[in-house]
Amino acid sequence: MSEPGIDLTPGTGDRVAKTTCYMCACRCGIDVHLKDTAGGPRVAYIEGNRDHPVNRGVLCAKGSAGIMQHLSPARLRTPLRRTGPRGSGRFEPIGWDEALATVAGRLSHLRATVPEKLAFFTGRDQSQSFTGFWAQAFGTPNYAAHGGFCSVNMAAAGIYTIGGAFWEFGQPDWDRTKLLMIFGVAEDHDSNPIKMGLGKLKARGARVIGVNPIRTGYNAIADDWIGLTPGSDGLFILSLVHCLLKAGKVDLDYLARYTDAAVLVDEDPASPTHGLLMRTEGGAKTVIDRRTGKPAAFDAPGVRPDLAGRMRRAGTTHRSVFQHIAERYLSDAYAPEAVAGRTGIAPDRIRAVAAELARVAFDEAIELPRPWTDFRGERHETMIGRPVSFHAMRGISAHSNGFQTCRALHLLQILLGTVDVPGGFRFKPPYPKPAEAHPRPHCGVVPGQPLDGPHLGYPQGPDDLCLRDDGSPARIDKAFTWENPLSAHGMMHMVISNAHAGDPYPIDTLMLYMANMAWNSSMNTAAVMDMLTDRDADGAYVIPNVIVADSYASEMVAYADIVLPDTTYLERHDCISLLDRPISEADMAADAIRWPVVAPDRDVRPFQSVLIDLGARLGLPGFVTEDGGPRYADYADYMVNHERRPGIGPLAGWRTGETGIAHGRGMPNGAQIDEYIRHGGFWTAHIPDNAAYYKPWNAAYQDWAVATGLQDKPTPYAFNLYCEPLRRFQLAAEGKGRRQPPDHLRERIKATHDPLPIWYPPLGDGHADPAEYDVHALTQRPMAMYHSWGGQNAWLRQIHGMNPLYVPTRIWDRHGFAEGDWARLVSPSGEMTVPVAHMAALNPDTVWTWNAIGKRRGAWALDADAPEATKGYLLNHLIHELLPPRGDGLRWANSDPITGQAAWFDLRVRIEKVPAASVSHPVLSAQTSPVPPAPRNVAFEMPG
Amino acid sequence: MTTLPATTDRKLGLVIDLDTCVGCHACVIACKGWNTQNYGAPLADADAYGAEPVGAFLNRVHSFEVQPGDGPAQIVHFPKSCLHCDDAPCVTVCPTGASYKRAEDGIVLVNEDDCIGCGLCAWACPYGAREQDPVEKVMKKCTLCVDRIYNDTLPPEDREPACVRTCPTGARHFGDLADPESAVSRLVAERGGFDLMPEQGTAPVNKYLPPRDRDTLDVLAPLLPPVDEGPKGFLGWLDRTLERI
Repeated sequence: MSEPGIDLTPGTGDRVAKTTCYMCACRCGIDVHLKDTAGGPRVAYIEGNRDHPVNRGVLCAKGSAGIMQHLSPARLRTPLRRTGPRGSGRFEPIGWDEALATVAGRLSHLRATVPEKLAFFTGRDQSQSFTGFWAQAFGTPNYAAHGGFCSVNMAAAGIYTIGGAFWEFGQPDWDRTKLLMIFGVAEDHDSNPIKMGLGKLKARGARVIGVNPIRTGYNAIADDWIGLTPGSDGLFILSLVHCLLKAGKVDLDYLARYTDAAVLVDEDPASPTHGLLMRTEGGAKTVIDRRTGKPAAFDAPGVRPDLAGRMRRAGTTHRSVFQHIAERYLSDAYAPEAVAGRTGIAPDRIRAVAAELARVAFDEAIELPRPWTDFRGERHETMIGRPVSFHAMRGISAHSNGFQTCRALHLLQILLGTVDVPGGFRFKPPYPKPAEAHPRPHCGVVPGQPLDGPHLGYPQGPDDLCLRDDGSPARIDKAFTWENPLSAHGMMHMVISNAHAGDPYPIDTLMLYMANMAWNSSMNTAAVMDMLTDRDADGAYVIPNVIVADSYASEMVAYADIVLPDTTYLERHDCISLLDRPISEADMAADAIRWPVVAPDRDVRPFQSVLIDLGARLGLPGFVTEDGGPRYADYADYMVNHERRPGIGPLAGWRTGETGIAHGRGMPNGAQIDEYIRHGGFWTAHIPDNAAYYKPWNAAYQDWAVATGLQDKPTPYAFNLYCEPLRRFQLAAEGKGRRQPPDHLRERIKATHDPLPIWYPPLGDGHADPAEYDVHALTQRPMAMYHSWGGQNAWLRQIHGMNPLYVPTRIWDRHGFAEGDWARLVSPSGEMTVPVAHMAALNPDTVWTWNAIGKRRGAWALDADAPEATKGYLLNHLIHELLPPRGDGLRWANSDPITGQAAWFDLRVRIEKVPAASVSHPVLSAQTSPVPPAPRNVAFEMPG
Repeated sequence: MTTLPATTDRKLGLVIDLDTCVGCHACVIACKGWNTQNYGAPLADADAYGAEPVGAFLNRVHSFEVQPGDGPAQIVHFPKSCLHCDDAPCVTVCPTGASYKRAEDGIVLVNEDDCIGCGLCAWACPYGAREQDPVEKVMKKCTLCVDRIYNDTLPPEDREPACVRTCPTGARHFGDLADPESAVSRLVAERGGFDLMPEQGTAPVNKYLPPRDRDTLDVLAPLLPPVDEGPKGFLGWLDRTLERI
């Protein structure tokens, strides 16, 4: 029989445009295949860019489905003005002139009178160095992005301890590691790079240990699964530390040379610097030099810091940080037997993990023949590697003990000598960069003037808090206050609640950019919706003005008074900048652009360009020329011509040097964006081999970083096992120092701000009786969905259109659940009714569901009877942004007491079986869709 | 009734590593994106934004829970598409000759012009690897990206199925399983690759690599002896050790 002729060589498209994905925060390179049609180029197919440093050609489900996001029926079409009550979703279209004139009029008045009454918060914004620059020029202290409800514990603990953190600031040495241990990692970042790395490990048979109450995804392919009790990771880690110390399996040479382990602690209780590190007259940290037995500066040439160093002074013995560490963690309180109950992990298993960490770190050490010179001027003939690596994300970060837990993990890494060594964890440029080298937070407000410095930063002590003269919080979210001093990313999750309560003060205008605060990005969602619609005695909204910029008809859009419609990610310029959240890899610095590969077919504008327009209308410094005219035509113009410091702009590649093209440092180059497009949408600068490891102490790296424009001078530093900023807050709580905390916070600061990592039970346990609320409840982000964005995607919603509550066998059996059953979940702050499903590969005291599948009816252009809107639900309804009232009249945030990170995963519930329902409860009112109805069927094929 | 070729020159197919697949669905969507745009009718989605969306996919990922008696429960992610069987019952059952197996490379295809949408092939396939397009009502199945692998408009490194090119973990491999020296054949030999449901007698070309043993750490690891339980304890050990450095 003859076979039919088929076309084996169809053309993929007429052209390929290489740009950057925005289907999650990983920022992979994509090849967008375009077809030329009568109406202009159209997007036909998206695949990974093989040359791109982040994804090397691969692409996840979200990325490949970008075409359906680009064509989503939920795309906003035009600027809108609210006509119905807030939350109704009823709007009228207005033109851009009217929209911008309205917004500029309101903001101009605020800037001239009370700039702090503008609260400008951005969600999964990838242009924070720009939006922050705008807010600083405006002069409001009330700016941040979404880090406070995401993973600030991870970022801040890393910066304060090692001068870097997981994901954007570092990664496992995928090519050399022999043992990877992951904590609390679901489909958190780095999405494709983690998968690629796991693939490499699997291909060479390296071991992966997954620590997570839920055995899905990466944990499902882990060789060993530690399904511990939520919130107990810190205790488990410190027990590993106990086992390693007890066996002497720590890297003493690494600790002495590169960390503060040998630095002496002031142990004189009468001293004003009690508990702080001792310093020389020149301000350097003091160690005992083993060569002389005398005190010396840690970083002086030739010094051999003594881990066993002691110094007797004024009747007091001062010991090294390492001796404090040994004393604390050798205690039986951290023995495996002592922690087995809380963690749910058997003592033998904890010992086995510790033994495997030690075996690989010390018995399988590797040595690269790469000579290098350290900051003391000492030459090393090789680079020693301890091939154990770690990665961690939201599972340990989103608890109220998360900062200390993340610190504990970094302590473990450092004791094993595995940070920035071959086979271990590696920094990604512009990191390493210690907390001391970052800005401090700023909150100085003068009407009509810019803020006195960048909003966000890393406080070193009470003097850096954002407090007003009367001691009250300067920021609407109460970041950088005694309630959470190190809130380096702000606290977006508190903005609406605080603004509604007028605590610390009322605001006039809430401006949100791609932040779905009326839904999945808020705790206590139903109450937040009420706060946005609440009116005062005069009938006016308590939060008077709400401006929302978004590309899609999200739940938050329905609560806007003015909607500024953004483009899709394929229709605008963006820069993924080294000034911001870079895409560098461990061997290279990198940045990238997005550019409009197709033009919008709607009356929408890129939000960054809208901010540039508003900046010019408001006359903001940096946005106008000397004669008051607009400084930049649009965001692309800013990307090319803005200079943060002389020679340093948003994009590092293809700048103008004295004799031609220059990279890193250089004057603006009008052809810069064309060069990026010509080179695949990204720029890289490789780190020389002799500078690729030991970067914080490696003279060759430090010199390379200066030449590349990442830093202005070499800044080697020691890792901070001992977190002095925390001790400074403790000292204040003990009554020492100029700035004093309010009395009601003293005991909490003393207990939680320990300069060495500690574990304490999640704070919610003090309010939700663990006997009454005996079940932990978690969410995870699925691999094929990014928060609420994925629900509008015709392809992705067929993978994750439902989110049953997964129930472990013990609870399933105890309640007699069967397939198709429903359960009532009750937390101290609410209850809901949801469908259940059985899952055995789960911690026996934990239930969980997928994050952000549930949708409000009428949102995202989905039909009202879509399963996301009927059976879908958010656990957010059960999570209050405040802890229960204590009768003291104070509002205590449900957050980490150090960073303010939202404690999503502290949630405790009780569960009971209820008769099967047809819809999940609570049922919230529907919103009118501001966009036309979606098509019934989709059969996507771009005509050739 | 349609006949199969007696033999095929090559046996092109996939080797899927169940030890490595994290269940991310990247292959599912890359497949949808390429194949809605190329071979045959677009892969439609009925009720795409409604209560019961039903779309045609050539590849899906299922997750199964395994509960060994002596260890914690496990999850195995199981991507499934047409296995391009040597004895493909979907071909022999086809009443119009629309389903056929290529003699050249063994790929099983549907000639949509001849397909009457009777669904017999889906019924005959023991793997559930065929779906009817909800709009065009023709049968859809994995083509092994026959319009990529020979496509000289693509760079040579891209002439592989879309699912293989995109897989972030590298859990999917493409090659000629008739050649014992091919990379995929060697992988199957090294890792104990197996046929899915061999008792069905379909002789599938695609192979699966089994998950490695899990949760073996406790058995393997020797425990750590303490350095010093004497009176000077840890600090004594520290002093002695530092002397030696």
